[in-house]
Amino acid sequence: MRRYLNMLRHFWATSLAAEMEYRLNFAVAAATATLGLIGSLFGLWLFFSRGGTLGGWTWDQSLVVMGIFTVLEGVSATLLTPNLGRLVSHVRTGTLDFVLLKPIDSQFWLSTRYFSPGGLPDVAFGVIVTGVAAWRLGLEPVNMLLSLAPLATACVVLYSLWFLLATTGIWFVKIYNATEVLRSLLESGRFPSSAYPAAWRFAFTFILPVAFMTTVPARVMLGRGGAAWPIASLGVAVVLFACSRLFWRFALRYYTSASS
Amino acid sequence: MLRRFWRKAWAIVSVNHALMNEYRAEIVLWALSGLLPLVLMGVWMNVSRGGQFGMQPVDFARYFFAVFVIGQFTTVWVVWEFEGDVVEGRLSPLLLQPIDPVVRYLGMHVGERITRVVFIVLFCAVFFGLYPGAVWWPGWANLGTAMIVVALAFAMRFAMQYTVALVGFWTERASAIESLTFLCFMFLAGRIAPLAVYPEGLRRVLWWTPFPYIVDFPVTILLGHEADPWPKAAVMLGWLAFFILLNRITWRRGLRHYSAMGA
Repeated sequence: MRRYLNMLRHFWATSLAAEMEYRLNFAVAAATATLGLIGSLFGLWLFFSRGGTLGGWTWDQSLVVMGIFTVLEGVSATLLTPNLGRLVSHVRTGTLDFVLLKPIDSQFWLSTRYFSPGGLPDVAFGVIVTGVAAWRLGLEPVNMLLSLAPLATACVVLYSLWFLLATTGIWFVKIYNATEVLRSLLESGRFPSSAYPAAWRFAFTFILPVAFMTTVPARVMLGRGGAAWPIASLGVAVVLFACSRLFWRFALRYYTSASS
Repeated sequence: MLRRFWRKAWAIVSVNHALMNEYRAEIVLWALSGLLPLVLMGVWMNVSRGGQFGMQPVDFARYFFAVFVIGQFTTVWVVWEFEGDVVEGRLSPLLLQPIDPVVRYLGMHVGERITRVVFIVLFCAVFFGLYPGAVWWPGWANLGTAMIVVALAFAMRFAMQYTVALVGFWTERASAIESLTFLCFMFLAGRIAPLAVYPEGLRRVLWWTPFPYIVDFPVTILLGHEADPWPKAAVMLGWLAFFILLNRITWRRGLRHYSAMGA
């Protein structure tokens, strides 16, 4: 465990040092995040502009959901895209061999090796939006703290889904755009799940568990509903993480390196 | 002269079509990655039950499905293609050939579109099968006009993105600039909501920008709604001419810069 933490520190320190060479990238990422935030706020405002309601959620309450979504988006741009996006090219070029030979868990290496600061502006904006909304709603600090637990499980769910999909790259070398499909569907987490008609809600809870990523933490933050949903989301996270682990082991049996 | 042109154009398109057919599984995934309009369709159908948007849920369903279909015809990726070609040095041999590289990039997109059409028809069948209430018939005249406008929208989108791509002659971050313009397309073109529900003042400004002509304009025509086509077509053609001109100027200057670098 200690060894892995130490390793993580070195991984991220080196990738950060490498990224420092491209400071302009960070500026562009920050500009993109700012424009994206303005656009998202505008898009959300449109729903309320003519007396519409978002499935019973007020403007401030929906801002909490959007803030959480923005944080998760930042997390995936910082950790998931840079790492899991490379998995397919490791398979294609055969460099996965080197990863498998290292005396370290291959899933750990593939999931944590790179750290891209480009997603950090999104994380910051998400925290600010959530914080402002929480302040305007006068939320209980206890609930804010409690919501960290479903937020952590949300990250695990997100990671596991992404890793499961990236793992299929062992068979299908051109999987890059499968993660794009996942991304376009994850966008649904921008809005509370009750904003969708029944068929959409069903799909986003049971087929692609987006509801557990943003709506459940937001409900805890707002002090709504009981413990049933957070416990369910813990269950979903544990099951999906175990699946990602097992599926990776299974997939590796079919890995035959490049050109063989 | 004209016949030779068509023969060349056909050769390039058919080669690219054959190539894209090999990657049809990948193209299905790309097509599915444009599912965001269908997500937004759900929210808007629900929201419109409460507010005064002047549109019924079924109108929103049709609108966003049309956005999805039109989006299939107007996606462009030339900036990534070009960036790769410049960075990895594939552009230089292309420049030696007696044909402008833009013809290849265009052929690539047109060939891919031909592969994609089959899937678009399938998507339509699935959507209308699931939701028969949303079926509409725009009429032949509107359908014909919509096809012309979609072709123009694609041309404009292509000219814009290719111009951004040409900035790659000077910097390696052309695709980062593209992600900024993409955000404009996201929020200003009518992808997140019909322009009809935007505030009046903003809408009036937006019709002077190129963005709504890629999404809202063709969609409105395809839906058979009152689109006020002639003034809009004039603005659209103006922007198209502007981007083509800008593109050619950037190309000339960029090329001089590129060769000056000695590659």
